[in-house]
Amino acid sequence: MSAVAVCLTAIAAIVAIGTAIGFLAGAHRRMDLEQWTVGGRGFGVVLIFLLMAGEVYTTFAWLGSSGWAYSRGGPTLYVLAYLTLAYVVSFFILPQIWELGRRHGLQTQSDFFGLRYGNKYLAGFVCLVGIASFVPYLQLQITGVGIIVSIASFDTISRPAAMAVAVVLLVAFVFASGVRAVAWVSVVKDLLMVGSALAIGIGIPYLYFGGVGPMFAALAHAKPAHLTMPGATANQGHAWFISTVLLTSLGFYMWPHAFGASFTAKSAETLRRNAVVMPLYTLTLAFIFFAGFTAVLVVPGLPNGDLALLTVVRRSFPPWFLGVVGGSGALTAMVPAAIFLLTAATLFAKNLYRPLFAPSMSDDQVARLARAMVVVLGLISLTLAIFSSTTLVSLLLMGYAGVTQFFPGVVLGLYWNRVTTPAVFAGMVAGVATAVVLMLTHRDPLLGVNAGFLALCLNLLIVTGVSLLSRAPAGDARELLQGAT
Amino acid sequence: MRRPSTGALLLALIPFAAMCFSVPLWDRIDPMVLGLPFNLFWLVSWIVLTPACMWGAYRIESAAQRQGAP
Repeated sequence: MSAVAVCLTAIAAIVAIGTAIGFLAGAHRRMDLEQWTVGGRGFGVVLIFLLMAGEVYTTFAWLGSSGWAYSRGGPTLYVLAYLTLAYVVSFFILPQIWELGRRHGLQTQSDFFGLRYGNKYLAGFVCLVGIASFVPYLQLQITGVGIIVSIASFDTISRPAAMAVAVVLLVAFVFASGVRAVAWVSVVKDLLMVGSALAIGIGIPYLYFGGVGPMFAALAHAKPAHLTMPGATANQGHAWFISTVLLTSLGFYMWPHAFGASFTAKSAETLRRNAVVMPLYTLTLAFIFFAGFTAVLVVPGLPNGDLALLTVVRRSFPPWFLGVVGGSGALTAMVPAAIFLLTAATLFAKNLYRPLFAPSMSDDQVARLARAMVVVLGLISLTLAIFSSTTLVSLLLMGYAGVTQFFPGVVLGLYWNRVTTPAVFAGMVAGVATAVVLMLTHRDPLLGVNAGFLALCLNLLIVTGVSLLSRAPAGDARELLQGAT
Repeated sequence: MRRPSTGALLLALIPFAAMCFSVPLWDRIDPMVLGLPFNLFWLVSWIVLTPACMWGAYRIESAAQRQGAP
């Protein structure tokens, strides 16, 4: 067999095995809306760990962070800090959200806003921003698969063709399975991913420099500025680092799927324990960074940093190994993308369309509409992925600028009885508008500070200010939140 | 909702101070430790130390919860 055939066969086999596991996990269970979205609310420590880990390691971790290590250097370190700190934040909010979810039968983030603030337009707006933020995140995953397949096929398969196939597989997978399948495919995906990350992160520096230490010594000698901030960028210094780490660690569990994953847990205790151990998972990324930094010296001058990891793997290892890495990478894109599609489609049908336009829809009709939306969203993301050239990290940060605007509404909603519905609404609208305007006019970062973070500050200011100026809300918020331990 | 206890919040603040706010202090290449540039070494160390802090926070919260329960 030729190198291309070996490589593509390995990728196809891994994706097929992963998908088969997903189908098996989904079989034999009646898929009503509750089972499809929150897995019947019965996930214990192990499944919830797998589900959450399955969501964290996306193509972003794989290609995007190594891509930034290659093209930008120092600023990519923000990834290690933000993922670790995101779990610290989750310790204080997820158990409380879970508790409310259990008592009031919540399934989605928008349900939470509807319950806490009693306003269907606010809940609808949360949905809309959530879905819009998912689009760049989905686009990121699809672009990732395109990059993997085109490099693994030694550029014989075009990127758009690979992306189209990935979207078809993805939609089929989501239709057949639901959230439980995703948790199980994560097992395969994470084993492969951790294994390949270690092999690549240690193997590649060893091949060219005799070890990780000598590689960094050589890089520090050749390009000392690359290893610290702002690295190869003009405006991503320490202020950018602090503001971006805050934006993304506070925003991490504001992603509708991450927020919703807490409802699948069996108990609040599960979530608290999970928050303690999850940071260790971030260690894997350090190894991916090693490979990205090695690529700076070994394969300089690539047009796009996101190609760096696989290009250096292709140059250093036999084709079957490139296939294994590519297959793991493809699963790493498809598993989270399935979750995003599932969440965004459910949000659209259940929390946006039904309450605002068709209150009489049955649960079955909602489930059908959600499935139709899976296809629509898949096609939108595919189109964007084909026609855009933004780097993977920038896509992710765009999504974060949107979802983090939920943070004041969630946290103040949990802990401050005084917060009012108009205040949260006004803050969120101002935050989202500021983020969108700054990004569209290419003012991110603004004066060295992450634009999404500036929007978040404005949002917080408005929420607290307006709440303090308006009359205290009636007692029902208090009743709603109390009784919880 | 019951506010988290001050002890747990202070413990949670440690990783934030170490990995985020103090970046100008540790964003350097030298001294290299275990072959890693100092900034990378520092972050990797705190990935390991953060669960220790959060384990403390977990103990405090569990104790507070038992007391708060009727």
